[in-house]
Amino acid sequence: MSVFDGLKFRRVYSPIHNLDPRIKFIYVIAVFVAAIMFGSILPLVALFLLQVPFVLLAGVQREWLRSLRGALFLALIIFFTNVLFKWIGAGYVLLLTDLEFSAAMTLRFVVLVESFSVFFLTTSPDLLGLALEQSHVPYEFSFAFTTAVRFVPVLAEEAQTIMDAQKARGLELEKGGFMKRIRNYVPVLIPLIVSAIRRSLELAEAMESRAWGATKKRTNLYGLTLHRGDFGLLAITIGVLVLAIYVFFFVPVPSLAQFF
Amino acid sequence: MIVVEDVHFKYPSGVEALKGVSLTIKDGEFVAIMGQNGAGKTTLVKHFNGLLKPSSGTIRIDGVETTKTTIATLSKTVGFVFQNPDHQLFSETVEEEVAFALKNFGFKQETIQKQITWALNLLSLTQYQKTSPFMLSGGERKRVALASVLAWDPQILILDEPTIGQDHEQKEKLRQFIMQLQTQGKTIVIVTHDVEFVAECNPRVVLMKEGRIVADGEGKDILTNTAALLESSIVLPQIAQIFTQLEPFGFPKNVIDIYEAKDLLLKAWEKRRP
Repeated sequence: MSVFDGLKFRRVYSPIHNLDPRIKFIYVIAVFVAAIMFGSILPLVALFLLQVPFVLLAGVQREWLRSLRGALFLALIIFFTNVLFKWIGAGYVLLLTDLEFSAAMTLRFVVLVESFSVFFLTTSPDLLGLALEQSHVPYEFSFAFTTAVRFVPVLAEEAQTIMDAQKARGLELEKGGFMKRIRNYVPVLIPLIVSAIRRSLELAEAMESRAWGATKKRTNLYGLTLHRGDFGLLAITIGVLVLAIYVFFFVPVPSLAQFF
Repeated sequence: MIVVEDVHFKYPSGVEALKGVSLTIKDGEFVAIMGQNGAGKTTLVKHFNGLLKPSSGTIRIDGVETTKTTIATLSKTVGFVFQNPDHQLFSETVEEEVAFALKNFGFKQETIQKQITWALNLLSLTQYQKTSPFMLSGGERKRVALASVLAWDPQILILDEPTIGQDHEQKEKLRQFIMQLQTQGKTIVIVTHDVEFVAECNPRVVLMKEGRIVADGEGKDILTNTAALLESSIVLPQIAQIFTQLEPFGFPKNVIDIYEAKDLLLKAWEKRRP
């Protein structure tokens, strides 16, 4: 469940936590786009390192590392499938450039995970909902979204309890071959899904009994306004995008493999 | 036998849930672990079948240290029924639900069939054998969860909050059921807030507070110990409340049993009658 820990928001104050979620989201999307643009390792390393100051400023190193550790398994799958198919494609020889390409693909995934992780670690679900609302997303959708985000840790905790309950009945999750291991999770997933559905029905009833949706036009106690830091981040975002586009079109990115 | 020696446990979040717990539960004993929310009750019992491993200290189940074996192996001796049945029910029928653990432990087919019939009968669930557990009421689901653990007849049975969401009749059945298991020599550990239920069962009571054991002894002594209970935010059982107030009139203080209370009051009344 460590992946979820890497998305769990904790209310602390840091320059990053105080940034406007809209700008932060644009920044994450910019990093996302830049990461998709490049298939070679050097720009991706740069993008990866770009996140580190944010993480340090926000003081969420521990959670961030945990989310990276959670992504490790998928990252390894990406790396080895890439290596495998490159190896087959090259006529059963392992080329250095192919290794580099596989590493780049893996790093791309890691960059996506880490930037999202930073975003969710430093943005409170309330602010996120507010940002969606102020971006003219219908309230129903923004509410559904924030509720979903808010319930991720709850579900993660519940999954842990369910796993414990099934382990107490002799279920060994790590036992057996690949297919068996997947099937081992059925006794965990079914109660989890059933209880999530039950919970959502209960939530709906509780909300309706508190007059949810009674007024069509909602007002907010707090509004989002842009501050100096937000403009700074916006500048960084534009910088990243411009640099990425410039490098993409005009600078031949050297391959690490050619140095060996 | 469960032997807990100076166990400390810290959750990954940094919360220290157990701060040096030592406890011995003998075979055939019936123990209620009580205390307010966050006292560490569930954390402690989760150590008994190895779901949690101590940060320091040791726990031995029949002489075997929990860190040196698997949860599956321990579970064969230590049956653990979780508080919320919805956290474990997943099968299409009640019968399959009960069979789940038996299959996991690798019992033979005919043994499985025999144990299912036995467990369902024991908890009066036989008529629901082919019903989906999701169609049952809360109390029935709780019984299915209990049956699915009892099915392999573990020597030690841990029940986490067994009375929550049960009506009085079910509680009474549960009490009789626990007594029945006890006469068979099973060790039973319950984690609960329900003072009235504990007062009726009169087990050994272990009182916990902030990760430590603050009192341990016979039910009628602990549940009438006003100071200790106050410290753990537990209210005295009603009978004990009456007898605490009757103490100045020459009544004993440590009474939690209804029948004992009745006898004492009747005796006093007879004496007074002209």
